[in-house]
Amino acid sequence: MNLIVDAIAWILDPAHYGGPNGIGVRLIEHLWISVVSLVIAGAIAIPAGFLIGHTGTGRAAAVLVSGGVRALPTLGLISILGLSIGIGVQAPIIAFVVLAIPSMLAGAYAGFEAIDRRIVDSARSVGMTEWQIVGRVELPLGLPLLIGGIRSATLQVIATATLAAYISGGGLGSFIFLGLRTNDYTQMLAGSILVIALAIAFEGAFSALQRLVVPAGVRAGQRTKVRSGSPRSAAEAE
Amino acid sequence: MNWVLNNLALIGERTLDHLAIAVPAIILSFVLSVPIGWVANRYRASNGVLLWLSGSLLAVSGLLYAIPSLPLFLALPAIIGTGLRDPINVVIGLTLYGIALMVRATADALASVDPNVEQSATAMGFSGWSRFWKVELPLAGPVLLAGIRVVSVSTVSLTTVGAVLGIESLGLLFTDGLQRNIPGEIYAGIVLTILIAVVLDGILVLCGRLLMPWRHAAAPKQQAPTELVVNA
Amino acid sequence: MIEFRSVTKRFPGGTVAVDDFNLVLPSRKTTVLVGSSGSGKTTLLRMINRMVDLTSGTIEIDGEDTSALEPVALRRRIGYVMQNSGLLPHFTVIENVATVPVLNGVPRKRAFSDALALLDTVGLERSLADRYPSQLSGGQQQRVGVARGLAADPNILLMDEPFGAVDPIVRDELQQELIRLQRELDKTVVFVTHDIDEAFLIGDQVVILEQGGRIAQVGSPSEIMADPASDFVSSFIGADRGKRALSIRHTERGAVLVDGFGRAAGVLVEGVAVASVAVESEESTSS
Repeated sequence: MNLIVDAIAWILDPAHYGGPNGIGVRLIEHLWISVVSLVIAGAIAIPAGFLIGHTGTGRAAAVLVSGGVRALPTLGLISILGLSIGIGVQAPIIAFVVLAIPSMLAGAYAGFEAIDRRIVDSARSVGMTEWQIVGRVELPLGLPLLIGGIRSATLQVIATATLAAYISGGGLGSFIFLGLRTNDYTQMLAGSILVIALAIAFEGAFSALQRLVVPAGVRAGQRTKVRSGSPRSAAEAE
Repeated sequence: MNWVLNNLALIGERTLDHLAIAVPAIILSFVLSVPIGWVANRYRASNGVLLWLSGSLLAVSGLLYAIPSLPLFLALPAIIGTGLRDPINVVIGLTLYGIALMVRATADALASVDPNVEQSATAMGFSGWSRFWKVELPLAGPVLLAGIRVVSVSTVSLTTVGAVLGIESLGLLFTDGLQRNIPGEIYAGIVLTILIAVVLDGILVLCGRLLMPWRHAAAPKQQAPTELVVNA
Repeated sequence: MIEFRSVTKRFPGGTVAVDDFNLVLPSRKTTVLVGSSGSGKTTLLRMINRMVDLTSGTIEIDGEDTSALEPVALRRRIGYVMQNSGLLPHFTVIENVATVPVLNGVPRKRAFSDALALLDTVGLERSLADRYPSQLSGGQQQRVGVARGLAADPNILLMDEPFGAVDPIVRDELQQELIRLQRELDKTVVFVTHDIDEAFLIGDQVVILEQGGRIAQVGSPSEIMADPASDFVSSFIGADRGKRALSIRHTERGAVLVDGFGRAAGVLVEGVAVASVAVESEESTSS
C-alpha cells in the first residue's frame, strides 16, 4: 500500500503540474488525441451506421468488419503504423480511429434496428419522407443505443490513448513509459492512477448522459411496464 | 518474410506464451462469472439489501471494465504484491475484464429465459438446484456463448499489451519489431494474434453446437451484447 | 371512389399476393376486405396509399391514377390506422394526432387545437393529450390512432385490422364508435379484418377474399348472407353451422329461433325495421 501512497503523493506534488512534461499538458494531450480520433471515427462510422440501419443492407459486412477490427491488437497496429509513418501522434490517432469505429458503427445501426418496424412503417404510412423518418423517428428512438456506442468508443479510446506515448505521441501514458524506461515505479503507478481516474470520470459522465437521452415516451413506457408488468414492447435502452 | 522463416521457433514459443496467459484468463472469467451473474440476476427484482447487492455487482463490473488495461497491469503489483513483470498480473487483469463483461452477460442471459418455461419446470417438480442446471443454464446458453465469445476475442487481443512491460506473449513481436525496424515481425504478431482469436472463437462455437444441439433445429435470433468491446 | 384495375402484386422471391384483382370501392361507404392470412387483404389495402407498389395494373382514386402521384403527398391525404395503433412512442398523444398537419406545414398551435377537437370526436378525454402512448390502454391507443388518421381531414381512411389487438369488450365499443363516426364524417373507409362478424357489422360493402387475393364474393352483408356464392363463402361466414344458421322451432308457447347448435338465439319479430331503430337510439345518445 506504501507504493500507492507514494504514487498519490507524486500526483499531488505541485512540481509535477507545470512545464511541457507536467500533468496539465499531458492531460490536455491525452484528451486532444482522444477527441480527434473520436471525431474522425464518428464522421465515418455514424453516417455509415445510419445508412445500414435505415436501409437494412450491408449489415453482414458491418458485422464482419467490426468483428475483424475487434480481434486486431491495437499495440500491433500502432507498432506497424509507427514503422511506416514514423513516431509521433499520427500513428496512434489512426490506430484509435480504427479502434473506435466498430462500437460507433454498431451503436448507430443497432439503435435503428432496435426500433419496432411497425413504428417506422406507421411513420411512412402517414406520409413522412425518408429523411423525416430518419430525423424525427429513427434518430430520437435510436439515440440511447447510439450514445451507448459512442460511450464504448470514448472509453476505449481514452483508455487506449495511454499507448500513444509508446511511440512518443504524448498523453498521460508518457508518465508510464518514462517510468518504465527509468525504472521509476512510483511514476508509472501515478500515471496509471491518473488514466484510471480519467476513464472512471468519463464512465460516470456517460452513464448520466445516457439516462438523459432516453426519449420521454419510451421512459414513461418502461415505468408503466415495471409497475403493471404488462408485456409492452418498449425499446430497451440498455 | 525472411524474418518469419528464420524465427519459427521463437514465434512458436511466443504463441505458447500467449495461450498460457489468454486461455486461463478466459476459462477463469467464465467459471467465476456464472455464480456472480446468477446472484446479480436473482436479486434484480428484489428490494433492500439484496437489490443493492445486485445493483452494485453490475455497477462494479461496469466500472471495472472502464479501467484501462496497461494501468491495471501496472497497478496490480502494488495491490497484490507480485513482481512487475510477472505474467500472473496479466492473467489476473484479463480475468477481471472477462468477469466485468461476463457478469452482465450472465445476468442478461439468465433474464432472457422465458419465465413461463421456468414456471412449467417448477410445476413439473424440478428443485431449485436441478432447475438451474437442467433448465435455466442451458436455456441461457446462447446468450452466455455470445458473451464468452466477446471475452475470448478481447482477451486474446489484450494479452499483447503486457509486452510493453516485457511480459512474454505475441506482443513482444510488436515491441521488438518496432525497436529493430522489422515490419515482418510485427505483421507476424498481428496475424498470429488474430489467428488465435479466430481459432478460439471456432472452438467456442463448436462447444456451443455440441452442448446446445437444439439450437440448430430452430435457430432463434440471439441478441449479441453489442456494447461489449475491447479496451487496451 | 377507389378503383382497382387488373392489379397484380408479385413480391421479390416470387410469391404472388394478388393476381389480376378488379374492384370498385364506392365513395362515402365502408368497404371491408375480409379473409384469412394469405388472402392478400393487407397488401391490397397498402397498395392504395402506395406503401406497397403494384407489379402491374392501376389503382385510381376519383379517376386519378395513383402511380402518377408522389407517394409521400398521397399518404398525407389518406388516413391510415393500423393494428397496435402504430403511434410514435416518443410523441405525446397530441403530437401523434397532429403529426400529419404539422408535416403539411400547419402552424403547431393550430394543429394542436384541431387535434384536441379530434380527441373529442373519437371520444377521448382532453386530459390525455400530454400522455405518451405507452401510458394509455390498448383501446385508448386505438382511438388516438383513429384521431391521427382523421387529422388531415382525408376523404379516405384505410384501417388495417385496427381492433385486432384489443379485448372483445373494448372491440365492441370501438366498432360502435366507428359506425357512429362514419355516419358523422362520411368518409370512404377501407377496412381490413379476418373477423367476418366485424366485417358484417361495419361494412356497407363486404369483399370476401380467398388465397392469393381472389374475390370469393362481393356484396352487402345481407346479400352475402342470403345467397353465399360458393361453398367457400358459406363455410367462411359460417352459414352452414353454428350461430348464423338460424332456424325456426315451434314450441308450445310460440316460435323461437335456434342456432346450429340447437340453442335458442332469439325470436322472430315481423315488420319492424330493426336497423333504423338502432340508428335513432344511437344518435339520440350521442348528441
